Amino acid sequence: MVDLLEYEGKSIFKEYGIPVPEFAVVSDEKDIPDFNEKMVIKAQVPTGGRGKRGGVRIVNNREEAIKAMKEIKNIDFDGYRAEKFILEKAYNIRKELYISVTLDRSAEMPVVLASAEGGVDINSVPQEKIYKKPINPFVGVTEYSKRELSKFLNLTAEQAQEMGKILSGLYNIYDRLDASLAEINPLGLTDNGLIALDSKITVEDDALFRHKDIPIRYFGLDEIELEAKKKGLSFVKLEGDIGIIANGAGLNMATIDLIAQAGGKPANFFDLGGTDDPEKVIQAIELASKVTNKVLFINIFGGVTRCDTVARGVVQAINELKPKFKLVVRIRGANEEEGRKILLENKIESMLNLDEAVERVVKLAGE
Amino acid sequence: MAIIVTEKGLPVIVQGITGHQGSFHASQMKAFGTNIVGGVTPGKGGTNINGIPVFDSVKDAVKETGAKASVVFVPAPYAPDAVIEAIDSGIKIIVIITEHIPFHDMTKLKLYAKLMGAKLVGPNGPGITSVGIAKLGIMPNSIFKPGPIGVVSRSGTLTYEIVNTISEAGLGETTVIGIGGDQVVGTTMQEAVRMFQQDESTKAIVVVGEIGGTAEEETAEIIRKEVSKPVIAFIAGRYAPPGKRMGHAGAIITGNKGTAQSKINAFQEAGVKVASRPSEIPVLIRQKLQSL
Repeated sequence: MVDLLEYEGKSIFKEYGIPVPEFAVVSDEKDIPDFNEKMVIKAQVPTGGRGKRGGVRIVNNREEAIKAMKEIKNIDFDGYRAEKFILEKAYNIRKELYISVTLDRSAEMPVVLASAEGGVDINSVPQEKIYKKPINPFVGVTEYSKRELSKFLNLTAEQAQEMGKILSGLYNIYDRLDASLAEINPLGLTDNGLIALDSKITVEDDALFRHKDIPIRYFGLDEIELEAKKKGLSFVKLEGDIGIIANGAGLNMATIDLIAQAGGKPANFFDLGGTDDPEKVIQAIELASKVTNKVLFINIFGGVTRCDTVARGVVQAINELKPKFKLVVRIRGANEEEGRKILLENKIESMLNLDEAVERVVKLAGE
Repeated sequence: MAIIVTEKGLPVIVQGITGHQGSFHASQMKAFGTNIVGGVTPGKGGTNINGIPVFDSVKDAVKETGAKASVVFVPAPYAPDAVIEAIDSGIKIIVIITEHIPFHDMTKLKLYAKLMGAKLVGPNGPGITSVGIAKLGIMPNSIFKPGPIGVVSRSGTLTYEIVNTISEAGLGETTVIGIGGDQVVGTTMQEAVRMFQQDESTKAIVVVGEIGGTAEEETAEIIRKEVSKPVIAFIAGRYAPPGKRMGHAGAIITGNKGTAQSKINAFQEAGVKVASRPSEIPVLIRQKLQSL
């Protein structure tokens, strides 16, 4: 998932006919123009709750803006520093609304969510105060649903006109950008009408091949997770000390569960995926050696990934890396006999039974 | 009988047959006993892969072979078009193995398939196997045994693990369907459970779920209201951290939604036994079948 920053999202809003405050993107005090009215300066960071941490400030002139920028640059936002800022007119806000278009997994269709109680996390708003309507992608946004939405939000005729355009714009962004979320929170009801005061657009990884103009960057990943991501490996860091490599997401999760249930502490989730390249196995073991020096558990149910391939990779990795951790290999499925033979020839024991393997792993971790 | 794949000798084509995965699995399916009648790769028509004729288009393949089902190995950027081509050519069962198809495409493909009367299985899954009838997908041939258990799963290798456990325990399967790990899938867990309830040869149902979404909760509701057969569930991801995508696009806990506990609770409230590990599944099946 790629999360766009507020200013990137607002530029897209503008393009799709959603009203946004006139804004400037600044990163240095020399970018800040002279002004003499109520403006707001906002840190461009990918984390929520920046307002509470002082990342959004009201300023009345250039001097105040420079001072605010300097102060905000020193704030730590979950490991991020603000490098860019939005400087925009501060509106007199009468009410803050919420609107988004996202995927409803249950309806298997996009859905519009809206509420008159905006400016807060939508998950904290009671269900009955949220307007929820699936949008059939073959039909798009209908006029009647725009009327329904405006009635739900108690809008005037004039505001309803604007809201209709905003909903269409937001749906078009969701659809054309392959977004998993296109959100305006808050959508300000001001003396100048409805205006998007913030933006959140998240683009799905799987669709990035269609959007070469969207910057690929990942927030909230630790160093090893990022390294794995760049190599196309699926890795999630956990808190424990038992390294895990399994093939397939489900088997991985189940392996973590079994280790934890038996009293062990898994260090990671690591999907080897389907591979017939021993090199990929070596790469995986190398990465896993960064999260454990105690025990590494390799759990493979061979199909696309064959057990002999894994065995060859394991043997080579152990010989090259000479890791500190103890190794438990459990292989079943395609070419399991050959895999076991290769491991045995290199004095690496392999197990067949999953429960017994898990027991052994947890016992070794406790030594 | 079985579900979805019910006809022995069903003529099947492989879209993307000239690729590494496509050619390997076409042979594997043939070895299982699936009637693979052809393959499709645009521009490679007239050639053959291990004796299987290759066509330029699905239309040509259907005309020459009478194909009724397709297994899709086409890479994600081109897979949605391949599925539409299959639907437009009159194919009624389309199994999509491809991973990383954008969910935006899947929402539209699903609606289109429904409109045209085609059934989709997948994407991002191992396909479907009806034991003794045919295998459409990539599950290992060796894990199956004919028997009375219907298995529906969101996973791939975990399905193999569980099916293997069921077979080794002396039970066996009617149909094993891997619905896929994505947020939007062609055949849902709910639909599969309903079909197993209708299928006479299936005496018990195993549901393999995982974190993310509400498919398990909705399935539990269907089980409570409509299913008289014994159901055993297994949920992966009990120790998965929130906010992290665990390999599958659909396997993510968002806020407090989609947790393993919520799914386990929903199943237990519907009278479904939830196994704490794969090896417990055959034990629970036996208990349930004996108490009937």
